Amino acid sequence: MATLEIRDLHVSVEAENGPREILKGVDLTVKQGETHAIMGPNGSGKSTLAYSLAGHPKYTITGGTVTLDGEDVLEMSVDERARAGVFLAMQYPVEVPGVSVSNFLRTSATAIRGEAPKLRTWVKEVKETMERLQMDPAFAERNVNEGFSGGEKKRHEILQLELLKPKIAILDETDSGLDVDALRTVSEGVNRVRETGEVGTLLITHYTRILRYIKPDFVHVFANGRIAESGGAELADKLEAEGYEAYTKGGVSA
Amino acid sequence: MAEAQNSPTLRSARAGGSLPVGSTTAGSIAVAAESTVATRMSAPPSFDVADFPVPHGREEEWRFTPLERLKGLHDGTAKADGSIKAEVNAPDGVTVESVGRDDARIGKAGTPVDRVAAQAFSSFEKATVVSIPKETVLTEPVRVALHGEGGTTFGHTVFEIGAFAEVVIVIDHTGDAVRSANVDFLIGDGAKVTFVSVQDWDDTAVHCSQHNALIGRDATFRSVVVTFGGDVVRLHPRISYAGPGGEAELFGLYFTDAGQHQEHRLLVTHNAPHCKSNVVYKGALQGDSAHAVWIGDVLIQAEAEGTDTYEMNRNLVLTDGARVDSVPNLEIETGEIVGAGHASTTGRFDDEQLFYLMARGIPEAEARRLVVRGFFAELVQQIGLPDVEERLIAKIEAELEASV
Repeated sequence: MATLEIRDLHVSVEAENGPREILKGVDLTVKQGETHAIMGPNGSGKSTLAYSLAGHPKYTITGGTVTLDGEDVLEMSVDERARAGVFLAMQYPVEVPGVSVSNFLRTSATAIRGEAPKLRTWVKEVKETMERLQMDPAFAERNVNEGFSGGEKKRHEILQLELLKPKIAILDETDSGLDVDALRTVSEGVNRVRETGEVGTLLITHYTRILRYIKPDFVHVFANGRIAESGGAELADKLEAEGYEAYTKGGVSA
Repeated sequence: MAEAQNSPTLRSARAGGSLPVGSTTAGSIAVAAESTVATRMSAPPSFDVADFPVPHGREEEWRFTPLERLKGLHDGTAKADGSIKAEVNAPDGVTVESVGRDDARIGKAGTPVDRVAAQAFSSFEKATVVSIPKETVLTEPVRVALHGEGGTTFGHTVFEIGAFAEVVIVIDHTGDAVRSANVDFLIGDGAKVTFVSVQDWDDTAVHCSQHNALIGRDATFRSVVVTFGGDVVRLHPRISYAGPGGEAELFGLYFTDAGQHQEHRLLVTHNAPHCKSNVVYKGALQGDSAHAVWIGDVLIQAEAEGTDTYEMNRNLVLTDGARVDSVPNLEIETGEIVGAGHASTTGRFDDEQLFYLMARGIPEAEARRLVVRGFFAELVQQIGLPDVEERLIAKIEAELEASV
């Protein structure tokens, strides 16, 4: 069973006056089949955790370990992490002009699966997945994220999640900027992947709204660069009622 | 991608489109001086090389060019001591003649604008005239293959396209040469001409050429300039109109490697009413001292009412050490136009694009290829000639392979 283990993770970014520590010792274990919601106020370091796990060059790991089934993730390049089974659905997916969605998806699937998917079954797979996410077939011929609405970008991220079938899926504020219909469609996509029992999900969000559609097994409150409290789904209800104030007081600056 | 945009010179109101402003962070962008197309040249156009002073490098039209690498084409020391193998493949119905300089068709499409172009005009012995009779619609291209075999050569070619004729012309440059040769297009009314010029020279070659197209009433001229090779390549695609209703599409694609100087200096003179022009040049640069220069001048004269023009230059800087000078310049002498605009952007290779693709398992080298192919894709697709498109894609792939 795939397990992602994060131990005492410290991460810094370059700021104007030298490096600034964002993550200050994160401990978390995510197993295949589990869903962990990570909730926290803006600036608490949630997205830094997501991008650090995916290997974004902006973030410097200054301490701690991350392993996937015992393999050192931090030693891997960005593409190696993806091929090892780590997937990051981004909050702000990047435009790639002149590269069509269909070309991108196939190139990516080829890299992840280690061989080019058979054309006929692949076309059918993409088409059916897009239908379930209520995406127009013409979408496949558009350039990656170019001119996409916020909802289209997020559907496109979840389309990739469904097609690439990672071991660990990190969803970075996938719910932000979505209306209720889009939120439901995107959540259904995530749930289809979760129901396979093959993926461990790290659901990063600012709001409890998405947890009505995606039921977490664990909820962690993120504050001041580390996990401040962990619990079950009931912790989300408490956050809904009380907000993050209890965690930010005397903690993070703004 | 992180783009830097420069401030174009705009001399009159009523220009359509959005006019980008800002400063550059990648490569370098020069901003055009406040002067007119004609007066910033150091001498008026002439067929006689003696009418041009020897450039010293500070003139507006020479300030980007490494004169010391021109092998004497600019100062009269270059002698016609080389050879170039020319193969002309013309479909039935096309005539190819070798004529003297007294032939009336020579020089009709345009006059040399700098000393090197005038040197070519003053130095060629025989000119080649390729004629496509009126109303001839060719299904196969006219192909001219020029292969340099070393040394300096001069030349002059005229394509005379009759009214309502349709033709694709491909000139292919390969080998090693110091080549200065001008190409004229006399385009009859209603004709449709596509011209592809491929500069696939050895990296030692020097190539200077002025392309003059005189577009007839309601005629269409589409030019595709593709520059990959050469030590120094300096081209002047120039358009003027012989009557109303003409259309020009000027596409360019260059891939400038370490040490190469590739310079494209365009001028579209809107001298007739209701004509269109559209310029799209895209270049990628990689390696130390790779230098690309793009000058895009559009002049809308007082009589050119109803003009519709747009020009765009985009550069993708793949590595440190490369330099881009991109200077769009639009001069408008009449307000009665449909639209006029331009854009110039130079961007570094975007690390966020790379991260996004790699985060989907795509290895770095392949991710870079996808981004660069994507950058050129929109332009390549517009060419409309499958064999040229395939060759371009293969060439871009080869350039990228060489870089990793």
